[in-house]
Amino acid sequence: MSAAAAPANGSGPRGGVELDCAAAPPATVLVRGARLLDPRAGLNGVSDVLVRDGRIAEISPTIAAPEGGEVVEAEGLHAFPAFVDPHVHLRTPGREDEEDIDSGTRAAAAGGFCAILAQPNTDPVVDSAPVLRSLRERARVEARIPTGFMAAITVGQDGERLTEMADLADAGAAGFTDDGLPVRSAGVMRQALQYQRLAGRLLALHEEDPSLSGNGVMHEGEMSALLGVAGIPSVSESSMVARDCALALYEEGRIHVQHVSARETVDAIERAKAAGCQVTCEATPHHLLLTDEAVRTLDTNMKMNPPLRSDADRRTLIEALRSGAIDFIATDHAPHAREEKEQPFELAPMGVTGLETAFAALHSGLVVPGVIELSLLIERMTAGGDPYGLEIPQLRPGAPANLCLVDLEADWDVGDAGYESRSSNCAFAGRRLTGRVRMTIADGAVAYRERSFALGAVA
Amino acid sequence: MQPHLLSVDELSRDDIERILGRAESFAEVSGREIKKVPTLRGRTVINLFYEASTRTQSSFELAAKRLSADLITLKAAGSAVDKGESLKDTVQTLSAYDPAAIIIRTPHAGAAALVARWTSAAVINAGDGKHEHPTQALLDLYTLKRRAGSLEGLRVWIVGDVLHSRVARSNILAFTRMGCEVTVCGPPTLIPRGIESLGCAVRYTLDELSSADVVYALRMQRERMSGSFVPSLREYAARYQIDGRRLGPSQLLMHPGPVNRGVELAAEVIDSPQALIAEQVESGVVVRMAVLYELLAGRGAPNDARAGAETEPQPA
Repeated sequence: MSAAAAPANGSGPRGGVELDCAAAPPATVLVRGARLLDPRAGLNGVSDVLVRDGRIAEISPTIAAPEGGEVVEAEGLHAFPAFVDPHVHLRTPGREDEEDIDSGTRAAAAGGFCAILAQPNTDPVVDSAPVLRSLRERARVEARIPTGFMAAITVGQDGERLTEMADLADAGAAGFTDDGLPVRSAGVMRQALQYQRLAGRLLALHEEDPSLSGNGVMHEGEMSALLGVAGIPSVSESSMVARDCALALYEEGRIHVQHVSARETVDAIERAKAAGCQVTCEATPHHLLLTDEAVRTLDTNMKMNPPLRSDADRRTLIEALRSGAIDFIATDHAPHAREEKEQPFELAPMGVTGLETAFAALHSGLVVPGVIELSLLIERMTAGGDPYGLEIPQLRPGAPANLCLVDLEADWDVGDAGYESRSSNCAFAGRRLTGRVRMTIADGAVAYRERSFALGAVA
Repeated sequence: MQPHLLSVDELSRDDIERILGRAESFAEVSGREIKKVPTLRGRTVINLFYEASTRTQSSFELAAKRLSADLITLKAAGSAVDKGESLKDTVQTLSAYDPAAIIIRTPHAGAAALVARWTSAAVINAGDGKHEHPTQALLDLYTLKRRAGSLEGLRVWIVGDVLHSRVARSNILAFTRMGCEVTVCGPPTLIPRGIESLGCAVRYTLDELSSADVVYALRMQRERMSGSFVPSLREYAARYQIDGRRLGPSQLLMHPGPVNRGVELAAEVIDSPQALIAEQVESGVVVRMAVLYELLAGRGAPNDARAGAETEPQPA
């Protein structure tokens, strides 16, 4: 995906974000007979789409097969602009046994994503230009879809010293975050916001007050009281969000709140937005679909940070997704080794995978029962790159081809294994989902096709 | 009842009454000179303790031995656990000995339930973190029922560090299931948010303690007092200690042990006839025999194990 024009603020003076991807031949493909749905382009109807040399060349009811290209018979399938996920843990460098750039981007492509941003809480932390450059180099060899890399806000995520943010921005950092940890000190957060005027780029924030979270491992509420497991109160998140919105407003900076989980947080963000604060936020599929009731059995695939909260929180998140108070959906795909998750709940690491199940889980849980419209889901799954300065994928002639073909009728069981990801700690394991990605074209190249989904080459 | 005993939460009132009834019949055996029955002869019971324990561990040992089981007790110190073996590997290794039951105590909630997924043995939770301690709750019910006659309608106050207490959680569930009215009382910092959802009332002072039929004091866990939950043990004792002034003459007193004399309980009440503390310890053996019997020789057990176990236990 190419660089987009810089928005007015934040990713400011240094221009757009660059993503990296292994070289792949630009596709020439005719997708025949799919139902195209792209709310931004005003598309909702059956049509042919011609991708020529990696760009969308034509959208019309009947297009002749291109010479030397492929024809995909897609009757009965839907074609959406492909999804963008700015919150992925690729675990590289350091934990390539859990995920690497190849496996993580394959998982993303299998989930219908055409671009992702990787989080910097690796080992070593992405807190210097050399580490960032080496990652970008590997991505140019291994990444199946365009991949960007975030850099840390503080050195080693220590919460104390700012990284060389300007240097990192020059080296191609897609944004800054200490994800996994909050920026504890309000003073350091303020400095990061001041320095944003020089470095540009979005500050993405994991919001949590460690003194309130304590040794908590799940939502503090009736379920934690029943289980005798230490809780993380909702105010741990919302109080930090209120603090950082106040700081961003004061410094006229631009922040993004990662993985919103609590209704108090939605309130804080709505108030800040109304006050003119430049703040965006995301929610994950698991927070939109699951509650702390799922923790009853102390299944470690239900352990993540922030934790699954109450049903009232979940319903508030859905309402905020509808209203736009929550700007987009991000997976927080967080792979963990099997032996680490096969431990008692309190010992197991926090995090769940989600790239391969995000669309299907949300489609099954929210669209099929009529809670939200399919078009809203597509809007919220494609917008994740926007605050970072990435173009939103669109089905429109002339645009780079970023699209996914999805069978909305297909039922499938999420298993204990069989993932493209190297890890299997999926929050939706054991569930039957409806909706299956058959093919993904990312930045003009075929990035994924389901094994059973045949492509007919045309002479 | 499940083939395991993992929590009180999963027990019905009928399950509990059956276990208490079974314990009664074992109490009769315990009064005999030879206290053994052959019920579990030839079967293996493993005690797997990742946390120090005196009462629970020794009473499970005695219970298994009185049922004639072969017993192994493993403690974390000195075992492969010390060398970094995971819980799963330890359990799978022990399962290779084909045990009939694994009794496990760990510092982590849900560990017993995990073990149940990894073994074909019946698993008994002897305390998992701050979650549950179901056999403690059962022996408390047994003890109280023997003294009070009936549990129905009894007003029970559970006083102290509810936040860090698995005993509190199991007992709130157990007492309410048997028809008691439960109130928990302690410093607000030691009462978990949402505890009312277990069916109990919450008080922060002992002002209404006189309304209780039974006062169940919890151990003030000094080893868990790393945070600033209470300003000092002195202030705690001044506000929450059960002493001769606060405990009325018709009220019964219980405590899971070990007692911190002078902290949660004053010496005069520990030694008073109202205290059931020694009887609680005594009940531990017969109730744990009853649990082993229910799981291994009662309903759902393999036929070969039921030989001679169909009716009331007979002396060996």
